[in-house]
Amino acid sequence: MAPRQRGATDPAGERELLSAGDVARTVARMAHQIIEKTALGAPSAPAVVLMGIPSRGAPLARRLAVRIAEFAGVEVPTGTLDVTLYRDDLRRGPTRPLEATKLPEGGVDDKLVILVDDVLFSGRTIRAALDALRDHGRPRAVQLAVLVDRGHRELPIRADYVGKNVPTARTEEVHVLLEEFDQRDGVVLR
Amino acid sequence: MKHLLSTEGIDPAQATAILDTAASLKQALEGREVRKLPTLRGRTVITMFFENSTRTRVSFEIAGKWMSADVVNVSASGSSVSKGESLRDTALTLAAAGADCVIVRHPASGAAHRLAGWLREAGTSVVNAGDGMHEHPTQALLDAATLRERLGDLRDRRIAIVGDVLHSRVARSNVHLLTALGADVTLVAPPTLLPVGVENWPVTVSHELDAELPSLDAVMLLRVQAERMHGGFFPSAREYSIAYGLSENRLKLLPEHAVVLHPGPMLRGMEIASAVADSPRAAITDQVRNGVHVRMAVLYHLLAHEEETA
Repeated sequence: MAPRQRGATDPAGERELLSAGDVARTVARMAHQIIEKTALGAPSAPAVVLMGIPSRGAPLARRLAVRIAEFAGVEVPTGTLDVTLYRDDLRRGPTRPLEATKLPEGGVDDKLVILVDDVLFSGRTIRAALDALRDHGRPRAVQLAVLVDRGHRELPIRADYVGKNVPTARTEEVHVLLEEFDQRDGVVLR
Repeated sequence: MKHLLSTEGIDPAQATAILDTAASLKQALEGREVRKLPTLRGRTVITMFFENSTRTRVSFEIAGKWMSADVVNVSASGSSVSKGESLRDTALTLAAAGADCVIVRHPASGAAHRLAGWLREAGTSVVNAGDGMHEHPTQALLDAATLRERLGDLRDRRIAIVGDVLHSRVARSNVHLLTALGADVTLVAPPTLLPVGVENWPVTVSHELDAELPSLDAVMLLRVQAERMHGGFFPSAREYSIAYGLSENRLKLLPEHAVVLHPGPMLRGMEIASAVADSPRAAITDQVRNGVHVRMAVLYHLLAHEEETA
């Protein structure tokens, strides 16, 4: 298969926003930003924990942890936080299957928790995640890292680390593809 | 899913989805400070028990409360039923009072099905918490959840259900659910305690417990239901216990990995020896613990989605 031109629309009506290489570079850049902003590794720095929001936030959190270990030599614990039971739209669709919640060893109490998700859109998932997190303990602070911010917020929520800002129409769909689920990395607009 | 009335004819995918949800809920709640989820905030669940029960009623009540639903308990004594109100009128009253879900236990087989028909217009979900000698679907689901925890996938697992099959709604629900999940079910009972038509069930039937034990992955013991027995089903309690009770010696015939289940309440010394009930092979307290998560999962699948008409 010939490599696709970035930004080109293929016959399926799909436009590539980030290639596999772009995704890797973006994750690496976000890892650097996290190291810098949290003063990771410094003696006075708070303990950082990455919590991925399933499904695609979970592998993104693990990838960020790998990069952070590579760049700063610090092992950051990762976990997953399923927010399904905290959503405000459960009665607006069919039954949603639950995903795994796994707290890192040592929990989230007094940690700097960085929530990791693939796409930031209305902000409602993050609202649910903040509620879910509260039931698991009392973090010292909570930050947010997203691979793509596509705008159209419906709540006063913003991300601390953004891989790429993408202006979109409300009707468009942004899909983050990850090898763990989709056999390839990339971000596409449909 | 609108109602949970029986496991007969249940879609294996639906059953597996409920069991997966229950496992996720259990994992999500483990070791948490706050064992409460906001999922069913503002929904009202009414339990309506026309028969005695400890574990099922308490388990449903805790399940509803951990999901943040408002739970109201109604029992036959102390309600207008004791003044002569019919089941239909009682149900319509509860629906009009704002119930989103009615959980019913009733001595008459088929009561939950009738209730679901009467409540169609009101849109209220109905869960069968045991109807006479017919079905008890959430018990079967919690048994399956416990077996999955201990054995993994139930496909081709050999499971024996032992004892008073005739009077047991637990046995009926388990036969339908476990076979739907691919398990190989054997009923072991004296001929007097097997229902008419058992030859049409998707099971094998045996009268010899000792012959079955060595090849089993799990054995489920049933309570001998004296309150439903009016006549000589077996010569004496002692004779029953000798032929079909799980004694310590019989436990040695079971393979090392095999699980012992009992839906409770147990008659120690009758269908199960005390030492067996307390042994690590028995998963009886696990069953009760899983009961809460399974019932949370059932409420989630009934109430946490857009309206559907049944």
